[in-house]
Amino acid sequence: MKGRIIMKGNVQDMALVTSQPISFYGGVDPNTGIILEKGHALQGKSVKGKILVFPTGKGSTVGSYTLYRMKKSGTAPSGIINKECETVIAVGAIISEIPCVDMIDISKIQTDDLVIIENENVIILNVDKR
Amino acid sequence: MYLTKKENGMLNGENGYSAKKSMEILVALGEIYNAEKLIDVGSVQVSGVSYHNLGDAGLEFLEELAKDGKVKVLTTLNPAGMDLENWKNLGISEDFARKQKMVINAFERMGILISCTCTPYLIGNLPRYGEHIAWSESSAVTFANSVIGAKTNREGGPSALAAAFVGKTPYYGLHLEENRIPNIHIQVDSSLKKLSDFGALGYSIGTKAENKIPYLTGIHKADVDELKSFSASIVTYGSKPLYYIEGITPGYEKYQIPKEKIIIEQKDLQEAYSQINDEVSDIELVCIGCPHCSIKEISQIASLLNNKQISPTTEFWVASSRAAKQLSDVNGYTKIIERAGGKFACDTCMAVAPLKGRFKSVATTSAKGCYYSRHNKMLTKMGSMKECIDAAVTGKWK
Repeated sequence: MKGRIIMKGNVQDMALVTSQPISFYGGVDPNTGIILEKGHALQGKSVKGKILVFPTGKGSTVGSYTLYRMKKSGTAPSGIINKECETVIAVGAIISEIPCVDMIDISKIQTDDLVIIENENVIILNVDKR
Repeated sequence: MYLTKKENGMLNGENGYSAKKSMEILVALGEIYNAEKLIDVGSVQVSGVSYHNLGDAGLEFLEELAKDGKVKVLTTLNPAGMDLENWKNLGISEDFARKQKMVINAFERMGILISCTCTPYLIGNLPRYGEHIAWSESSAVTFANSVIGAKTNREGGPSALAAAFVGKTPYYGLHLEENRIPNIHIQVDSSLKKLSDFGALGYSIGTKAENKIPYLTGIHKADVDELKSFSASIVTYGSKPLYYIEGITPGYEKYQIPKEKIIIEQKDLQEAYSQINDEVSDIELVCIGCPHCSIKEISQIASLLNNKQISPTTEFWVASSRAAKQLSDVNGYTKIIERAGGKFACDTCMAVAPLKGRFKSVATTSAKGCYYSRHNKMLTKMGSMKECIDAAVTGKWK
């Protein structure tokens, strides 16, 4: 799949997928990478070292700094795939240098898929083995 | 997005790390929102100043940028997490103060004015009608767009900094005329008698006209302080950071009254008050100045507090810019307020100071202040300046 580069870069990791927006400020514990937001489909799951796949960001612009803080403490996702990236996630990915691509049909990706981001390209490695 | 040769050079790192990072941010935002180019901005207001919100990572990022980043246009700063001079008296810890000062020092190295206020338009960062600016701080963004008629999107801290380092912002959103057209008519059929009524009105419209640009009719009188409070409230509770008031704010003549209509009556304002207010009578903190008090508001506080004494069970804070406080010093208002037992909280405010756990209840004139106080787990009361001063003197909300 081909999308739009928000932050260029290459990475290969397991996917963590949700159809709900994510707020990094208040919604994710920056010390552990665990999603805290009550009632969120990924509540209790860790985004650390995952390619995090979600439709879009939401919430306070401080969320950009939260992503940066997670990157520094090693709890950040290794890559981000969005349906439609917004300001908070875009700025967060850029200042933290986390590969980020949007305009991807995220319904094609499942949690635990092995995914590659290569700039604007997204490749699912295990499609045949599902 | 079209970039000039010079802009491309910055993006490729020819002008150093901060310029490169800034261009990456501006270009990404421009691409996301389909901007055709970057445009010059007249000034910038930067949020994300309180160490309480930034944490160590934010501080590190700012220190990295301060190594080679210099602002290109007039750039002012949002409130910090503490009064930069009087922090001890306001109960701030040594450790917090040390980190907060490091944040301020980083901004200073970038060439930013250490104004620490959410009302930059009251202290020298005053854009002209129609001017493009890149501001963060939602209340100031809304005031600038609506009351002044300048043009800005609602920037976040890093995107505002990026605009300051480059002197430009992507040309999208509220910078474009076509996105500034009002699309909901708000007919105000209720009289607005006191400052907090404007906060209540902002709440009512914000929650009913989410993400819309309101065109208000039926308001015949509103001063700058009331519009400042209304701007803060309407955007906190959900509207776009732009509104028009017929006969009061600039530019409304250009537009037809939108077809979609909401009528706001007395009962809607009462409903807003009942949503914003909690059941509480003992008031531990009274804070006036969200957004920061103007000199006119400080003078009103002084005249209401003259020859009175704040209750020993209550703290009374006046949140303002240091510039307004200095005017207040010269005019003797500070002396009256401090003699009554009140404190000035300059450079900071009830939305960004680390207040969680320190006070159980707060009274204020501000609907926005109530919103953020609830985040800090306080029970809230909103009322007029006089009701707030009475609460500070008696320790009770009546």
